[in-house]
Amino acid sequence: MSSRRTWRFLALPGVVWLSVFFLVAFYAVLAVALGNENSLSEPVPFWNPLDWNVGYLLEVLRDIVHGGHYLTVFLRTFAFVGIAMALSLAIGYPVAYFAARHTRGRWRGLVLLLLVLPFWINYLMRMLAWINLLSADGWATRFLHTVGIERLFIWLGLLSTEGGWLDGQPSTVILALVYGYIPFLILPLYAVLDRIDQRQIEAARDLGASALSGFLRVTLPLSVPGILAGVVLVALPMFGDYYTPDLVSASTKTNIIGNQIDQLTRQGSEKVTGAVLTILLSLLLVVLMVYYLRTTRRADEETANA
Amino acid sequence: MTRWFRNPWGKPRWLVVVTALYIVWSILPVGIAILFAFNNGRSRTTWQGFSLRWFTGSTGSVLHDPALQGALKHTLFLGVLCVLVATPLGVALALGLQRWRGRGSGTVNTMMLLPLVTPEIVMGVALLLLFLNVFPGLGLGTKAQAIGQVTFTLSYVVVIVRGRLVSIGREYEEAAADLGAPPHDQLLRVLLPLLAPAIIASAAVVFALSIDDFVVTQYLSSDASTTTVPMLLYATARGAPTPALNAIATVTLLITLATLALAFFVYRRFAGGGQAAVAAALEV
Repeated sequence: MSSRRTWRFLALPGVVWLSVFFLVAFYAVLAVALGNENSLSEPVPFWNPLDWNVGYLLEVLRDIVHGGHYLTVFLRTFAFVGIAMALSLAIGYPVAYFAARHTRGRWRGLVLLLLVLPFWINYLMRMLAWINLLSADGWATRFLHTVGIERLFIWLGLLSTEGGWLDGQPSTVILALVYGYIPFLILPLYAVLDRIDQRQIEAARDLGASALSGFLRVTLPLSVPGILAGVVLVALPMFGDYYTPDLVSASTKTNIIGNQIDQLTRQGSEKVTGAVLTILLSLLLVVLMVYYLRTTRRADEETANA
Repeated sequence: MTRWFRNPWGKPRWLVVVTALYIVWSILPVGIAILFAFNNGRSRTTWQGFSLRWFTGSTGSVLHDPALQGALKHTLFLGVLCVLVATPLGVALALGLQRWRGRGSGTVNTMMLLPLVTPEIVMGVALLLLFLNVFPGLGLGTKAQAIGQVTFTLSYVVVIVRGRLVSIGREYEEAAADLGAPPHDQLLRVLLPLLAPAIIASAAVVFALSIDDFVVTQYLSSDASTTTVPMLLYATARGAPTPALNAIATVTLLITLATLALAFFVYRRFAGGGQAAVAAALEV
């Protein structure tokens, strides 16, 4: 095949598309964040890096350093995402473990289908379902009241009023995030647990390890790449979420960074500050990704050496 | 618990319980939301008997309410548009990337994967600022929404089609070349027919992703005529809507699931052994 050129020619339209609508779009965020505003507070992007103006960036950074509003929002985001991640792992690990180690044949197919299904149910429909259930006279609200969980939550300070699950409760937002994104954690974890060689665990048992220490010293360490992959895959969309707090709380008390960006860019007219926050969020996520990639590479090398 | 410690290869009962509870928790709420789409009353929390009024009734139903109708039509329209653009673009890019070795291919590979790991809000803001500042002539609305959806669905097409390309190998093309087929014949008469199942599967995935998309579509919307079903759910879920909202969500869910099931069976029927690729794609 007069190959090289033909293939490159085939790739060309896609490459051009991604360059314009992905790379240039990103550059537009940078140009707006490091640009200026006109008198109508519309952004005036600076396309030439030599013109870049760090004024708006410094303003946000100064606010963060001095413990201002944006620091609160960032800390709240970390707290919500951190707790939601930990809960997802606590619930998701046993489920992935069960699916990978204790199911066979048709039964496994069914379990996997049920684990994959939430991916293809619209996220907003899944939230709508909970809004119905948790409204003042919803089925879940009544159930939680009857079995005493509502009282427990009020006693623990996680719920402010009876039946007020949807009135700006951080605990509801965190649980909704878990509900929304936990499938992203279970599937990669399942894939890794499924690949662990059973004989390694049998060997540990034959050498006298108890079931518990066999799990703690063989299965758990071998599943670390899956845990990391799962945690990163839930963290990425959680950090970028704004609709979950909007839907299940609708209060500025539960604003996370995504809400802030959404309010400044899409809804509001402070697009420059919104672009600055988008850049900061992207940097944060790049750091997370790089850390993840380095850890998995190191884990791979260690397995290879062993 | 104690039995699990004594017999590690038996099914530990508490794991069965946790998994069963998890599955019920993850699916039952949606089941109840679907149930209430059939409620014979305005409540979404109190069951008042079975009825199809929110699907086909003369007022306020999916079939007759102009806002619901508009949202559903716009959603499907964007889905078709997105499939028509993203599939050919992605197939060509996959073919190009698979065989193109050398300068630039690594960079393009990385660029192709980036949309898969970019949080949607970052992409939404980027595209919004692009359309406002670089292409103000194009403006926001249907065109921008379609372009935005194509940008993030393209990578899925490339991933699915490349999976199939790898499993086909180069032998067929080489055989065709040995028999004297010119390059375009190798492509059109050998590779594309072999790729057909993957192309159909990726088109279905693109369609499902498009009609389920919320963030990018919302960021690039203009007026009420560019509202999609997910946007409608976001805008009205907290208001005091009727079960018609549940009904339109149910209709959209059925369309998504039917599309994916179709793709899955086509792929399984015509690309035997390649199920893993579709399974992998469905799990993205």
